[in-house]
Amino acid sequence: MRKIAIYGKGGIGKSTTTQNTVAGLAEMGKKVMVVGCDPKADSTRLLLGGLAQKTVLDTLREEGDDVELDDVMRIGYGNTSCVESGGPEPGVGCAGRGIITSINLLEQLGAYEEDKNLDYAFYDVLGDVVCGGFAMPIRDGKAEEIYIVVSGEMMAMYAANNICKGIVKYSDSGGVRLGGLICNSRKVDNEREMIEELAKRLGTQMIHFVPRDNMVQRAEINRKTVIDYDSTHVQADEYRTLAKNIDNNDMFVVPKPMSIEDLEKLLIDFGIAN
Amino acid sequence: MLLRHTLPEVKERKALTINPAKTCQPIGAMYAALGIHGCLPHSHGSQGCCAYHRSALTRHYKEPVMAATSSFTEGSSVFGGQSNLIQAINNIFTIYEPDIIAVHTTCLSETIGDDVDQIVAKAKDDGKIPEGKYVIHASTPSYQGSHVTGYANMLKGIVKGFAQKSDIPREQLNIIPAWVEPADMREIKRIANMLGVKFVMFPDTSDVLDAPQTGKHVMYPEGGTTIAELESCGDSSYTLALGEWCTQAAAQDLDRKCKVGYDMLDVPIGIKATDRFIMSLSRHGKVEVPALITAERGRVVDIVTDMEQYLHGKTVALWGDPDTLIPLVEFLVDLEMKPKYIVSGTPGKKFKQKLEELLKDAVPDAKIANGPQADMYLMHQWIKNEKVDLLIGNTYGKYIARDEDIPFLRMGFPILDRIGHSYFPTVGYTGAMRILEKILGLFMDRQDRDAPEESFELVM
Repeated sequence: MRKIAIYGKGGIGKSTTTQNTVAGLAEMGKKVMVVGCDPKADSTRLLLGGLAQKTVLDTLREEGDDVELDDVMRIGYGNTSCVESGGPEPGVGCAGRGIITSINLLEQLGAYEEDKNLDYAFYDVLGDVVCGGFAMPIRDGKAEEIYIVVSGEMMAMYAANNICKGIVKYSDSGGVRLGGLICNSRKVDNEREMIEELAKRLGTQMIHFVPRDNMVQRAEINRKTVIDYDSTHVQADEYRTLAKNIDNNDMFVVPKPMSIEDLEKLLIDFGIAN
Repeated sequence: MLLRHTLPEVKERKALTINPAKTCQPIGAMYAALGIHGCLPHSHGSQGCCAYHRSALTRHYKEPVMAATSSFTEGSSVFGGQSNLIQAINNIFTIYEPDIIAVHTTCLSETIGDDVDQIVAKAKDDGKIPEGKYVIHASTPSYQGSHVTGYANMLKGIVKGFAQKSDIPREQLNIIPAWVEPADMREIKRIANMLGVKFVMFPDTSDVLDAPQTGKHVMYPEGGTTIAELESCGDSSYTLALGEWCTQAAAQDLDRKCKVGYDMLDVPIGIKATDRFIMSLSRHGKVEVPALITAERGRVVDIVTDMEQYLHGKTVALWGDPDTLIPLVEFLVDLEMKPKYIVSGTPGKKFKQKLEELLKDAVPDAKIANGPQADMYLMHQWIKNEKVDLLIGNTYGKYIARDEDIPFLRMGFPILDRIGHSYFPTVGYTGAMRILEKILGLFMDRQDRDAPEESFELVM
């Protein structure tokens, strides 16, 4: 089983990209589990057709420690297993601790056991790695591969660089490696070239350039992935390609984060400032 | 040799603390809250915190210490402790019926960012706080400051919760003692009463943590400052705050909130600090110092003059809390002793400044350290390099006393292995006499033990 964590700046499209890619892998016949690590619990909506799912932490709170895997896991598009960690409402409690609790619980419940015959487990993690809890999916050899969703916008690139620092830290102690950058296009000038260059500087690759297409939003409003909503659409093929690239990927590196000066220079060289 | 691993060579340490000279904030908050009549301390955190803090106080005062806890679970640490605290407030007022709940936080509830102010307001809105009952609170994360900080923070909580200003000023003083023993609080009241001053003292743990055995357990003993007294302190004419670390913040808040000015004094340990306290009482209470007090003072001076030869030039190592160490050092200097090493786990730059000022003529080479890294290991290292004649501090010094064979006077918190501290004061002139008696007893016992047969003295 390959365990993959998806990181990236808030609002960059991690959940959308993850679910669309997972749909691509499922279509290829892979058995995939998606673990949403976001208190908003919206990481599996497209796979479950909008089905409101009981989160691990809600279940834990209501039923105590006596939780069964079936209480928290739902089967979605293409036989994918979907789990949401959940977490506290905004402004109270500790969402980071929530992720630690919920991932530990999933392990105890045997969500990753051999008998589940999983090919992939995806962790969809909220925004920046703001505290230890949000690094939980890459600690102790949980996720071994990381993909960072990025765009040509400056703050997204900043965030990607920052996440690389976190990966370096955990790659020393565990086995976690960066598998590549996924460019979720925002139609920024020279976006493809810039992200390719950023990937090169970080010592990794741009695994796929996902063009911007309103079909993604249309599918989303209908609570579906693009492949599920309109499997013949050109955007569906983009996600199929991304899924195939990830499936075939063999480039796993410890990234080399850039200095802020170098990062800013990159932006200037590629013309945003002009 | 229990501490055989202590190395004499003092090296700068960046992170490690060995045998710290301090403990958790909530212990101070609990102690302060117990000095309010009919108050149940409540620990907002996991059960283990509360259990430890209660037992730390019980082991020192040899009294049952009651406190409730929010009993955090994994779920509370993720979702926040609001529902636990609101339910706790409801349960406590229903079952244990205190007049006041004094909530203090813990490391866990602080780290997850629980807003106790908002939770208590919600409990009130939800009708969980009955009419005439109160919930006060203090923020006490143990990764800041020490038990002393916790005491100070709860005093702020008390002022915030109760002090009111009405239109009618009162001819009374406020006295805010630092963390001292119940016996000391009793002694401070005795002195103020002898002067004939009207006063409100808070907190007041006498008759709470030294309560008499009556054969019947009461949840809320006789002692402690009452709600009416606390509410009136905003109308007092002036505040005497005894001990900067423990009480200044509360005195300042009272000044800001109710315009009651304050005199920042030391805890009245030793002759000079007691003089200052009594003069301040006399000045702000507009009363004469009675002859009986002057006579008490005279008796201390008499002991000092009679016994000076046993005290002169003796070196001392001390550890404990700033508010009691500073006047104690001043007293020792007055006795012509030499406080040589001083350690406190409680931070604050003023600690070193004040002590250096006190010692600049008598012991210019004194070693002083405070803050999280000033620990008993460092104290032991200093002693290994150059021995002292006397140790003064809490029970944790008994290992050094035994290994280095040095007479040891137990003072401070905690004292886990002797009694007396909660019954006999060390403040005021009578307290000074007790300190003298103890120190002289230790020196004379040592002389008797070590004297060769031909110079074993009958009369000393």
